[in-house]
Amino acid sequence: MQFGIFTVGDVTTDPTDGRTPSEHERIKSMVAIAHKAEEVGLDVFATGEHHNPPFVPSSPTTMLGHIAARTERLILSTSTTLITTNDPVKIAEDFAMLQHLADGRVDLMMGRGNTGPVYPWFGQDIRQGIPLAIENYALLHELWRKDVVDWEGRFRTPLQSFTSTPRPLDGVPPFVWHGSIRSPEIAEQAAYYGDGFFANNIFWPKEHYMKLIGLYRQRYAHYGHGTPEQAIVGLGGQAFMRKNSQDAVREFRPYFDNAPVYGHGPSLEEFTEQTPLTVGSPQEVIDKTLTFRESFGDYQRQLFLMDHAGLPLKTVLEQLDILGEEVVPVLRREFAKDRPAGVPDAPTHESLLARSREDAEAADAG
Amino acid sequence: MEPLKIVAVSAGLSQPSSTRMLADRLAEAARRHVQETEQDTEGGRPVEVEVLELRGLASEIANNMVTGFPGTALSRALDAVAAADGLVAVTPVFSASYSGLFKSFFDVIEPAALKGKPVLIAATGGTARHSLALEHAMRPLFSYLRAIVVPTAVFAASEDWGGGEAGTDGLADRIGRAAGELGDLLLRRPYTAPVAEELVPFEEQLAAVRAG
Repeated sequence: MQFGIFTVGDVTTDPTDGRTPSEHERIKSMVAIAHKAEEVGLDVFATGEHHNPPFVPSSPTTMLGHIAARTERLILSTSTTLITTNDPVKIAEDFAMLQHLADGRVDLMMGRGNTGPVYPWFGQDIRQGIPLAIENYALLHELWRKDVVDWEGRFRTPLQSFTSTPRPLDGVPPFVWHGSIRSPEIAEQAAYYGDGFFANNIFWPKEHYMKLIGLYRQRYAHYGHGTPEQAIVGLGGQAFMRKNSQDAVREFRPYFDNAPVYGHGPSLEEFTEQTPLTVGSPQEVIDKTLTFRESFGDYQRQLFLMDHAGLPLKTVLEQLDILGEEVVPVLRREFAKDRPAGVPDAPTHESLLARSREDAEAADAG
Repeated sequence: MEPLKIVAVSAGLSQPSSTRMLADRLAEAARRHVQETEQDTEGGRPVEVEVLELRGLASEIANNMVTGFPGTALSRALDAVAAADGLVAVTPVFSASYSGLFKSFFDVIEPAALKGKPVLIAATGGTARHSLALEHAMRPLFSYLRAIVVPTAVFAASEDWGGGEAGTDGLADRIGRAAGELGDLLLRRPYTAPVAEELVPFEEQLAAVRAG
């Protein structure tokens, strides 16, 4: 099982001292956070993609390419890549390039974005969100798998005899996750292609995500990719930890109360009871995360949101130390217990390459 | 026999509240109407009445606005409304319309929850001059939500709790008429289970995009 972090890349004022980092500071912080993730033994770093303030990560492959050059093992991913407003041709090219530079340590997560105005900035219309996600991904999927593509669709100029370069590393496209907060259409799309499905699992009670993941698992089997238990599921989560529970609550409360997403609403206590957010000791985070398996079944990837709501870099790095040293080793051990033999690990470049070689040999033999 | 469920939503704020009182009387009158009508035919259909006071849900409604999901008590209330066979909706008139709390509750409800549901609308106010708020604010709200709103809307001004205005039907008559309309609709409306979300298979989604 893979553990990692995902970041939104927001520039938020620290509510405790009123300090706002510059964009430059925030971008450099994201890189420092990625380094820390590798240092403390996490597997994945994923960045969001946004095209409006107060967010900085508009150019994920630039950032991930930089991180790739300075890390050894970390898998670089996105949370999410906008399949609606990006040209699928450019996604195919950018991520294939990144894959070569990172020697295969790359996957990505498709998302639609949630801000209406972004669509027209890129010549699109939010009312076409789902059709855009469907058509653009169908093209991206083809561009990575066929050397020469002839294509015509609704949302982009036609392609004739087009080759997306560079070709994917070793002829193996990066693994794709599809992220969705509320759309069964996207769970269905992930299932159809046999891709991974990621539920951000942050904002709402688990019952909501259980429905989506249940649907994805069932349709994954329907399309013949394996049993429902073999579907590739990723989950988000968020935590703030200190040795003593009360210290964690005291320190995190002002960040929670003023957080751009859920601040000025329910109390920290209500929100932690109703959603996967855990504020407390490392043991409490371990206990809460282990319940995810009971709700969603054995899964492949757990990402935590750690750097948001104006938390200073120093605090985030301390959080990552605790996560990497005290939480994840226990989670690895506990999640491995009683994991059914048929449940796969998250696909990596190596495993996908091995599978494509097996398939080629089988085809030759047949 | 499965009982018919009438849910009354009251946005009254004071304690005791005339809005709550009106909700109780309307729901009870509708219940009695259904039972009396049914007695003639099948020997009495059980009717359950539940009254929801939005005051107790005020902070959860505000939180739902911020977080996008309902807390425990609000979630139960929203489910009760969605599962009701008929709804009685009563608000005090604030600034020429339904109260903000009343509107907020119907802002966080699933848009399809009231589709085809018989609804009796009612309001309270200090003076009968506010009574048209029922027609220019309440009725369009529930029409938008695709509910079936009964023709008689009941407004209770302060004086209605006494003798009422000379030359008009008294409050009790109006309650009886509106409750009768709601009750008749309840009896005519066959119970339908909530429809599960439909899944469109991926090939169909793809084909729809290609067809443009």
